[in-house]
Amino acid sequence: MSGVTVFGLCAAAAVGLGLYGLITNPQPLRKIIAFNLLGSGVFLLFGVVGRRGAAAGMGNDPVPQALVITGVVVAFSATALAIALLLRLFQTSASVARSGRASPGDDPDQVGG
Amino acid sequence: MSIETVIEIVLAAVVLTLGVWTIVVPETFSATVGFVAYGLLVALIWVRLDAADVALTEAAIGGGLGGVLLLGAAARLRDADMMADARPGKLLRAGAAALSVLTAAVLAGVVLLLPDPAPTLAPAAVANAWATGLSNPVTNVLMAFRAMDTMLEKVVLLLAIIGVWSLAPDSAWGGRPGPRHQADPRGVLAFLARLLPPVGIVIGIYILWTGSDHPGGAFQGGAILASMWLLAIMAGLADTPLVSHRSVRFILVAGPGLFLLVGLAGLLFGAAFLSYPPALAKPLILGIEIAMTLTIAATLGLLLAGAPERSTEP
Repeated sequence: MSGVTVFGLCAAAAVGLGLYGLITNPQPLRKIIAFNLLGSGVFLLFGVVGRRGAAAGMGNDPVPQALVITGVVVAFSATALAIALLLRLFQTSASVARSGRASPGDDPDQVGG
Repeated sequence: MSIETVIEIVLAAVVLTLGVWTIVVPETFSATVGFVAYGLLVALIWVRLDAADVALTEAAIGGGLGGVLLLGAAARLRDADMMADARPGKLLRAGAAALSVLTAAVLAGVVLLLPDPAPTLAPAAVANAWATGLSNPVTNVLMAFRAMDTMLEKVVLLLAIIGVWSLAPDSAWGGRPGPRHQADPRGVLAFLARLLPPVGIVIGIYILWTGSDHPGGAFQGGAILASMWLLAIMAGLADTPLVSHRSVRFILVAGPGLFLLVGLAGLLFGAAFLSYPPALAKPLILGIEIAMTLTIAATLGLLLAGAPERSTEP
């Protein structure tokens, strides 16, 4: 079994692991990490396919390499957006919880808002 | 079995172990640290796959900047367990496990049954390298043969930063992202933040410049410049800029803007959208890459800094 095949199987396992974590992990940040693991597995599959297409004196097909570079940057920006959303959600729900604690007797319905 | 194959199997095993750790460990912070280590080792796999350009990108963005982003979020969400729903039931977990194993098995089967000889575009990329004057085929694909992808990706980066900024509370609209960092001015962090940026800036520019003929390019150079900027911000030596500032916004649109202008000029005077005349191809591509490096460095840094949190008053 060649190294390329080993990495291909590793990439397939990373996709499976990421999918499992995405579905079963209840915490949003853990879901984001699991989704990144899934994406990294997909990128590695691109790399394995490109490595098999080595030709013309190059060790790896340049087209999948360029696609993966673009993909890594897009994945990073999507992760940054997801984390910004998560932090904002945390801020909002924390302030809702605080204002709920500050006036427990006034209006119990307000806490749920 | 050769020694290289043994090393590759060990590397793959360590990477997989880190992946499993990232998913199953109970503490979120440990999972984040595991994922950063995973990202750095995946960069080594890319080196073994003979894709040095991707390895640089993966190490700088996937491992480095992504690690800072996730660690920062994990530190701020330490007591965020109240946001989590209850752990899913046994049935759902078994179903998810079955689905994941099936997906991984199908992908593994596809990897084992890939066609031989493999289809490749490497000869075409090498044969057409004369048209740009650059000898790094990955840069050729990124900047010329598939330039549309790269330009649209810049637009995606711009949309992401608009999305992050629009999450600012009303009181901080147009203000400075993130908290003001304070560090001991005689401490290690402040010392490194003075020592490293001059070296890092030179390395970032070198990686941009050498990208035309060797592994490197605008993404990798921009990521290094962004990390130097963030180091100075985290040590308290610099502050994040006002997001309403005109020069910040100009830098953010400079890369995709210049790319679009050159593309439209190709439509008007040349053969097609984003077609470079061969005589001018290299200066045009280098000009776009320089503008793109500035845009990428600013965008990555501001994406990491997050939504504005402080008002326009200092």
